[in-house]
Amino acid sequence: MFWRKKETTPEEQAAAAAAADDPIHIRVRDLVKSYDGGPQILKGVTFDIHRSRINIIIGGSGAGKSVFTRQLLRLEQPDSGSILVDGVDIIPLDEWALVPIRKKFGMVFQFGALFDSMTVFDNVAFPLREHTKMSAKEVKERVMQRLEDFRVADAAHKLPGQISGGMQKRSALARALVLEPQILVYDEPTSGLDPVSSRRVDELMAETSERFGVTSVIITHDMATVFEIGQHVNMLYQGRIETSTTPEEILRTDNAVVRDFLKASGVSVADGS
Amino acid sequence: MAEAGAEDQEPSQPSWGEALKTVGRSLVERPVSVVSEIGTMAALVYSTARWAIRPPYRPRLLIDQLEFIGVQSIFIVGLTGFFVGAVFGLQLVDGFRQFGAENQAGSVVGLALARELAPVFSALMITSRAGSAMATEIASMRVTNQIDALTTMSVNPIQYLIVPRVIAGVIAGPVMTLLFFLIGISGAYLVGVYLMGIDGGIFIERVKWFVDVGDVQQGLVKAAVFGAALTLIACRQGFLASGGAAGVGRATNRAVVQSAVAILVLDYIVTGIILGEGLF
Repeated sequence: MFWRKKETTPEEQAAAAAAADDPIHIRVRDLVKSYDGGPQILKGVTFDIHRSRINIIIGGSGAGKSVFTRQLLRLEQPDSGSILVDGVDIIPLDEWALVPIRKKFGMVFQFGALFDSMTVFDNVAFPLREHTKMSAKEVKERVMQRLEDFRVADAAHKLPGQISGGMQKRSALARALVLEPQILVYDEPTSGLDPVSSRRVDELMAETSERFGVTSVIITHDMATVFEIGQHVNMLYQGRIETSTTPEEILRTDNAVVRDFLKASGVSVADGS
Repeated sequence: MAEAGAEDQEPSQPSWGEALKTVGRSLVERPVSVVSEIGTMAALVYSTARWAIRPPYRPRLLIDQLEFIGVQSIFIVGLTGFFVGAVFGLQLVDGFRQFGAENQAGSVVGLALARELAPVFSALMITSRAGSAMATEIASMRVTNQIDALTTMSVNPIQYLIVPRVIAGVIAGPVMTLLFFLIGISGAYLVGVYLMGIDGGIFIERVKWFVDVGDVQQGLVKAAVFGAALTLIACRQGFLASGGAAGVGRATNRAVVQSAVAILVLDYIVTGIILGEGLF
């Protein structure tokens, strides 16, 4: 039948095993995106996302961060370019072929994006019920374990609207991690939070990365997150990657655009001379 | 100073050229946007049909939607059905009495309800109650990234959100129409017999004599088409929503207006096809 999933060949399995040893988890190459024939929002984005590390993508408003996130998750089809996840280019894949790729990703949206008609428990159980054949008992055990990991077990039977923003974010993280993804993408995780709550979210992301060994991709304009927990930092500026470096190195950059951004963010940069 | 300020604020008068250009643009843009709407709707119908036959199947979601679109509409459909039947009975008996044909009221009420009033009114009631809520719910999901969340979890939003709603609309529409018809006939009977004094036996006989299975079938086919149309329009408007709370409001508004217009246009088209009289 036409909807039957394609079986993985031995060659593909071998390639996947080899890819697992590659320190580069995702390769983004010449990614271009525009809308309805308008100006290009992404103008050839090229950079690497490192395996089991905290990769941060910074940039000002309108730099193309959100558009890039939508291409990375294949919520949209880019005009051209490639995104290789474990060596597999996800751009030409159709909805069915994307299923195993998407299972590698967990996504934490800016405001959680929990399903507001479901309890926190059902939200976290949702991916398990959709993609596994686990019994109700196994689902319950796994979900409660994740909720306890993120200290939201008490809210299990509440609706998202009945819990605080911080709890929603932790519940969203529990949902993103319940299928044990390899890559976690966070969209503006500290946006709209006060500084204390922002640092708690930073700690949570660092702890999650370390504990579950996931590759983290954090899209943010919060420079504190970069220097608190970042291991690789990429700056998106006017639809291109302006720099790809480490948080330590970025402070010594000669790139005027990066220096201006850092200064505007209140970061003291070393004298470029 | 003040005079100069007043002069600055005076609105500039558009030139004739500008006005003609605006009129010309709207004359061109309107038909183009209608064609575009029809095209995207056809694409959505195709996608919905494709995803409806693909596993996984989610009967639980279908039951939930049948409960929402059907069971929760029973009261409003029943209430409007009663009063539509009652007022139609009242007018017909009064009108027919002028030439001594009040006993024909049952036949006309029966035919009108079976073929037109029941499917159209019940679809309009479902639109106002369930279609608007559906558009609001899906639009809220769109603007709060819940639909993106579904996609990132490898759950196709068309299959998860639209397919169960459309199937439920196609099933619930005819059931609600049947209910509207039966309650409408009862309303007309009560008014005609107990208020206007016509003979109850003759009223029933006229209904049985003139309204056959084909008339009821005609209404049910229309109801199924309307059920599909109103759910597809509501879901599509929800899917296209953007721009926060205002966007949700716009989506709901468009869903209700477009569904109501579509129901009336489709009514004409389906009637023309069923009667084989041609459309124009």
